Amino acid sequence: MSKAADSVRHVLVPKHVKLSDSEKEALLKRYSIAVEALPKIMKDDAAVVDLSAKLGDVIKIVRHSPTAGEAVFYRVVSNA
Amino acid sequence: MDENFVYKQVGSVIFGMLSPKMIKKMASAKVVTPELYDKEGYPVDGGLMDVRLGVIDPGLRCKTCGSRLKECIGHFGYISLARPVIHYNYVPVILTFLRNTCRECSRVLLADAKLSQVRDKLRQIGAEKGPDVMRKRLKEDIAASNNAGKCPYCKARQFKITIEKPTTFLENERRISPIEIRSRLEKVTDDDAELFGLNVRASRPEWMVLTVFPIPPVTMRPSITLETGERSEDDLTHKLGDIVRINQRLFENINAGAPEIIVEDLWDLLQYHVTTFFDNEIAQLPPARHRSGQPLKTISERIRSKEGRIRHNLVGKRTNFSARTVISPDPMLGLNEVGVPDIMALNLTVPERVTEWNIDYLKRFVKNGPKAYPGANYIIRPDGKKKKLTEDIIEATLEELQPGYIVERHLMDGDIAIFNRQPSLHRVSMMCHHVRVLPCKTLRFNPAVCFPYNADFDGDEMNLHIPQTEESRAEAELLMMVQTQLISPRYGLAVIGCVQDAISGNYLLTQKGFSLRREDAVDLLSSIGVTDLSSLPKKEVVSGKEVFSMLLPGDFNFAGRSRSKDEPEVVIEDGKLVSGVMDKNNLGEGSGLLLRNLHKKYGESFAVDLLGRLFRLGISVLFRRGFTTTIADTDLLAEAGDKISALFVSAEQEVQRLIAEFNSGQLKPFPGRSSRETLELKILEVLNKARNETGHIVADYANPGSHTLIMANSGARGNLLNLAQMAGCVGQQALRGKRIEKGFKNRTLSCFRPFDLGSEAHGFIKSSFKRGLKPAEFFFQAMVGRDSLMDTALRTPKSGYLYRRLSNAMQDLKVEYDGTVRDASGRILQFSYGEDGIDVSRSEGGTINVSRIARSE
Repeated sequence: MSKAADSVRHVLVPKHVKLSDSEKEALLKRYSIAVEALPKIMKDDAAVVDLSAKLGDVIKIVRHSPTAGEAVFYRVVSNA
Repeated sequence: MDENFVYKQVGSVIFGMLSPKMIKKMASAKVVTPELYDKEGYPVDGGLMDVRLGVIDPGLRCKTCGSRLKECIGHFGYISLARPVIHYNYVPVILTFLRNTCRECSRVLLADAKLSQVRDKLRQIGAEKGPDVMRKRLKEDIAASNNAGKCPYCKARQFKITIEKPTTFLENERRISPIEIRSRLEKVTDDDAELFGLNVRASRPEWMVLTVFPIPPVTMRPSITLETGERSEDDLTHKLGDIVRINQRLFENINAGAPEIIVEDLWDLLQYHVTTFFDNEIAQLPPARHRSGQPLKTISERIRSKEGRIRHNLVGKRTNFSARTVISPDPMLGLNEVGVPDIMALNLTVPERVTEWNIDYLKRFVKNGPKAYPGANYIIRPDGKKKKLTEDIIEATLEELQPGYIVERHLMDGDIAIFNRQPSLHRVSMMCHHVRVLPCKTLRFNPAVCFPYNADFDGDEMNLHIPQTEESRAEAELLMMVQTQLISPRYGLAVIGCVQDAISGNYLLTQKGFSLRREDAVDLLSSIGVTDLSSLPKKEVVSGKEVFSMLLPGDFNFAGRSRSKDEPEVVIEDGKLVSGVMDKNNLGEGSGLLLRNLHKKYGESFAVDLLGRLFRLGISVLFRRGFTTTIADTDLLAEAGDKISALFVSAEQEVQRLIAEFNSGQLKPFPGRSSRETLELKILEVLNKARNETGHIVADYANPGSHTLIMANSGARGNLLNLAQMAGCVGQQALRGKRIEKGFKNRTLSCFRPFDLGSEAHGFIKSSFKRGLKPAEFFFQAMVGRDSLMDTALRTPKSGYLYRRLSNAMQDLKVEYDGTVRDASGRILQFSYGEDGIDVSRSEGGTINVSRIARSE
């Protein structure tokens, strides 16, 4: 197994999921925004590499939150 | 007026230098004489105060644009300089040009081949980092190219160019005249100039040497007429007069064929005057002075420094209808009131428009005039003319007043004011209060609102602003009123609560066994404004809790906790305090849900009113009972003293045992620590334990009825540690988390033996503040005291700047209606505010009480 994949499986790394195109559309519609308005994630981020996501893909991140229990976050794969 | 404006969109702005052509083009007069006025006092044509340069006298019309004073913005003039002079601000740029171009052909000292290599690179650097970096890079490239001191184009030998501050250039120790410099700069090609970071469309290098000089309009250097009728000219006019005079003399001397030395001297003088016109604070030049010896304020001095145009006029904003003075407390005021001194009320005004219905009411103010309160200071006619109300025009004004006029009446009780204390770090630093006009000279407010303002009364000053329009008053009242700020959006609890005596008072009142005669209870309650006494139990003697309950609404239920060990459960049933004492946990700011729940159930106005009454109840109780603090409060029984001494003996023995263990090498080190470090930690632990023990002893033996202890127990002021330090022992003094080690070689002070590891030799203070410290102890205390003083003094500005950057970075983030947090351009930062999407200011301590909501359904 590659090194990047190992670090992604660590307990402290929140769950990353790649959104399908339809899910992405629904997300953008829900918040009525363009992709540019989303927070970004580097394309060579270990989790992105692990999901083999391409530029423009949206990653859903589910984190543990001290206030909400579970918090959902979305980031778009970007160059810089 | 409107149709005179031309509306166009600004496409771009280019900064460049003024060309001689441009200077002439924008000038509306040529200045030829240093004279200002003729014998009749009229401005001389072609003088520095020429009427074509703008108007500064009321009534006159501008000769150039025909507008009146204040409409005419002024017009530039110019003079032709007899000999060119260097522009001081461009001296470094000129020097770079001279050093890096050929003295004969003015080409860059870089061969063609090399040039084409670096050109694009330089352009990129210029675009990214600015012309200064670009110039530096070019210099480096030229220095690296190694031309053997010869021009790569014309093979002319180059010489070393030095500068003699401030404006003289030397080539091989020989002076280069500005004429020579200008001719060299003229020959520089546009392409080469671009390498130096110049945008040739806007700035040619030779424009850095002035041949014509722009005369700024008179409107930016107005003269003032003194009381004696004498005219006093602006500093800039004086300076310009010098320039014009010397320029003229230079002209005459050149034309008369005067010797070269005289011409050179005058030329230097002209250079001096032009240089000081731009900047009169150059290190190498003596500043130009008035006859009185005071230096002239020229262009640069007008702009820079704290008193300059930018920091003083543009960034330093001042406002009318505001007041500032020392503050003092007044608990008899409501929480949302501010006491305004009567003399302030005489100056601060509120505009009121005259209508059919209020004309009689407003006439009363006009009748009183500006001196009698409540009066009026100004009248504004329907055409917008503002008139100051004076004693002698009152009669006429009363006749004249009719609907449509505006009366600026004095500030009165109930008016809206915004109250502020710097630093205005958060929104509760500016809150809206109702005005109460009071005698004396300080601004006053209820001490319960000290906390949001972070104010105390050791000389603090605060500002007051009076909104002038209906909209601003409504806005201030709805958004900024004290009661709207009651619940903090940071932790969802009340930011305003009882403080100090108000807490002690309510604590005493609600304690078990506190009772008072019915007459006294009625007296107490009526003194704080409770008039409905029907719910007071019909008994001869009522308990303090029953009196307290009088303030609570009849249907209020609450369960909480207090600080007290005897009655930790606070229970309020149907508006009756059943058990528990009222202390800081319930009444104080930022603690406990009592105030939060009252606010939630009965609304903000009620909560603020209730707080005011609670506050006054607390201090009224103390007022009747008497409350003070004395050193005798810290007196302990002899038994306690013995216990404390015994404690120290055993602690000292323990420390000695540890040291002996360490010396014999038997001390087992903690993991990752040396045995020396382990010893330190263990000693610290023993000593801290000893100090805490004394604290317990002091707490056990101290008289709980003493006022000092009441304050500590209620949370009003001070804690048990403070008491223990006074009565028992001060304890270990720590520098950077360690015992004191600094001082002499191998010891802290010369009164200890070297390598003494004992408690006393490293800053443990056995004595109490009351008994007094021993010299060595006092010294250790002073060391730590100084250290913490330094620490606070250094930390305050640091954290202040940190907060400023943080708040500026986040200032326009906003929670949108869909719950997302977005910045000004709509980018999402959080998908749900705070990850849980809770509006903390609507929550109870940051959480939502689901069970209560469920019960209430």
